[in-house]
Amino acid sequence: MRIIGYIIQKEFKQIFRNKGMLPIIFILPLLQLIILSNAATFEIKNIQFSYVDNDHSSTSRALIEKFDASKYFQVVSSFPSEKNASSAMLKGKVDVVLNIPKNFEKELLKEKQASLGITINAIDGAAAGVENVYINQIVQKFNKNIKISLMQPSDLKSTPQNITSIPSFWYNETLNYKTFMVPGILVLLVTMITLFLSGMNIVREKEIGTLEQINVTPIKKHQFIIGKLFPFWVIGLGILSIGLIIAKVIFDVPMLGNIFVMYLYTSIYILVVLGIGLFISNFTDTQQQAMFIAWFFMVIFILMSGLFTPIESMPEWAQTLTDFNPIKYFVEVMRMVMLKGSSLVDILPQLLKTLLYAFIMNILAVWSYKKIN
Amino acid sequence: MNRFLGFIKKEFYHIFRDRRSLFILFGMPIAQIMLFGFAITNEINNVDIAILDHSKDATTKEIINKIAASKYFSIKQFVENEKEIESVFKKGKVKVVLSFEKDFSKKLVKNNNATVQIITDATDPNTANTISNFVTAILQKYQQELNKDISVVYQIIPQTRMVYNPELKSVFMFVPGVMTIILMLVSAMMTSISITKEKEMGTMEILLVSPLNPFQVIIGKVVPYIFLSVINAIVIILLSIFIFKMPVQGSLFLLGAESVLFIITSLALGILISTVSETQQTAMMISLMGLMLPVIILSGFIFPISSMPLPLQVISNIIPAKWFIIILKAIMLKGVGIAFIWKETLILIGMTLFFMGLSIKKYKIRLE
Repeated sequence: MRIIGYIIQKEFKQIFRNKGMLPIIFILPLLQLIILSNAATFEIKNIQFSYVDNDHSSTSRALIEKFDASKYFQVVSSFPSEKNASSAMLKGKVDVVLNIPKNFEKELLKEKQASLGITINAIDGAAAGVENVYINQIVQKFNKNIKISLMQPSDLKSTPQNITSIPSFWYNETLNYKTFMVPGILVLLVTMITLFLSGMNIVREKEIGTLEQINVTPIKKHQFIIGKLFPFWVIGLGILSIGLIIAKVIFDVPMLGNIFVMYLYTSIYILVVLGIGLFISNFTDTQQQAMFIAWFFMVIFILMSGLFTPIESMPEWAQTLTDFNPIKYFVEVMRMVMLKGSSLVDILPQLLKTLLYAFIMNILAVWSYKKIN
Repeated sequence: MNRFLGFIKKEFYHIFRDRRSLFILFGMPIAQIMLFGFAITNEINNVDIAILDHSKDATTKEIINKIAASKYFSIKQFVENEKEIESVFKKGKVKVVLSFEKDFSKKLVKNNNATVQIITDATDPNTANTISNFVTAILQKYQQELNKDISVVYQIIPQTRMVYNPELKSVFMFVPGVMTIILMLVSAMMTSISITKEKEMGTMEILLVSPLNPFQVIIGKVVPYIFLSVINAIVIILLSIFIFKMPVQGSLFLLGAESVLFIITSLALGILISTVSETQQTAMMISLMGLMLPVIILSGFIFPISSMPLPLQVISNIIPAKWFIIILKAIMLKGVGIAFIWKETLILIGMTLFFMGLSIKKYKIRLE
């Protein structure tokens, strides 16, 4: 036990001695949490909107006004012809072009029907879909109003049946994106710091040659590993704590669940990450190799965690792959406990899987670590 | 010149000798782009829905059938009362619960109005909003069917044209993004590590006392990585064309030239990182911790920049990846020429010069 204590002491000293690293470990992640959480939003607003009005009638003007009044659209300009409009779209200046054909109003009055051209820049397919929904909503509302103002009594045969749907958004009534993103980004930062640091640590001793010196001391394998990894475990929990405070104070993210459940889960979770880091360390010879591998898995873990894009939308095989992604479970647990107030029983499946994962990873890591090279 | 060539040769030997890094260097981007191109999408489908039916009559049954038939939803379970909704959400399986009021059919016939509640788990606001819109659309369609003998008067029918990506494929959005991340991180990380490695090992001193001047040393270090990154870029572009059917509407030559420019920008950034860090560890942490999330989040790869708060829109301008993603999309999907993207190109060139200038200023010829 005393030996482990000394190794831990040595590790902490080494970490705090490296002045260049300290801000990277402690300040950079928290700065990113504060800044990036504001940026991560799928909400579509400020849609750059422009129109080509070939009709110049009161109806066309009224319709454009409706778009102008909507909070989603920002009317940037009007164009004399479609050609100018599409060149502006090529330049990326506008997202949506409304094209009102000639005799729009006349046709509407005569045929009771008129068509309206809409062009949407669809490179971001999801955003284009949402923009389309907004446009349809505005046009439909406009339709209803013409009906009321122009309708004659004979037009109406009987009262239509109406299904009223009332949407209610639980846990996040205002659809605030930050309460969703802050816990997720915090997960990433805790994982990245612990994975990169532990992945690089032992391989560094290998590369510099100091590992050999430690190997000839009477320090046992398990003492060495525990002593090496314990400091990172502490750092991980430390970052989590500061992150939770930031979430509460700056972003006002609710903490509905029990905070001890969160710490219990996180302390097991970090063991998984440290196990992976150690495992990588054992199979590489240089820090460069270790970092490449850590980076490779990190990018995959991040993008397949359900943090930015929903897992349910992935194809079946990819969903199966995400079962092996520890970040996925952490993101789920974090959101469940913080935002929904889930209890220990609710997160039991994730907890057990993480525990099993930690167990397997660390056994593999210890088994593959050889004192003699 | 001969000496310089010899030095470059030495760098190539270093890289090729380390088989494992080489394998990772080329295998990784391929694996990543394949995985993400197929797996990542922000389209929403297969949403698990639960039903709370207080009336259980013909109309509600019909609506439930309509929802079951839609490709967006699969009905997971039926709940009996309001309380159960809470526990269903807490377990995290179901994302939306549809709650019909009592005597739904009767009210619809008698009062011409009946109410259904769409309760979504809005911990994920985007999904919740989209799901809510989908359910409303299904209900509206059903309502139109109910009222089909009542003639509809005065209608403006929007005819929507989705340009550049008519099928709304999210691959078109993600492939340029993944390509940018890979090129940026690989290039910046590799150069910064290989230069700091010499510093840490002490071999930099030996190089500095050699007849090569310091700039030749740096350039010699970077040239092999330009070569490797260009191969990476070519592989990624080929994969995106042949496997993901990304069109290249614009000139392939321009695409290549812009990619080389972006690679040089990233390498310059890598050099800058190496001048400010003493150990490989610091260099790696700066290029990984400092670059990974900002590049993913602020570049417009996943999140639309125009929706961000203004200060962040301003900050996003200093991310080189943002400009490269704009260029990639413009050339590949819009098919424009240099006339439309000269501004973005100039910005990238400016950034490269800035990074280089700063590195020269910070570069120490002597070691402590």
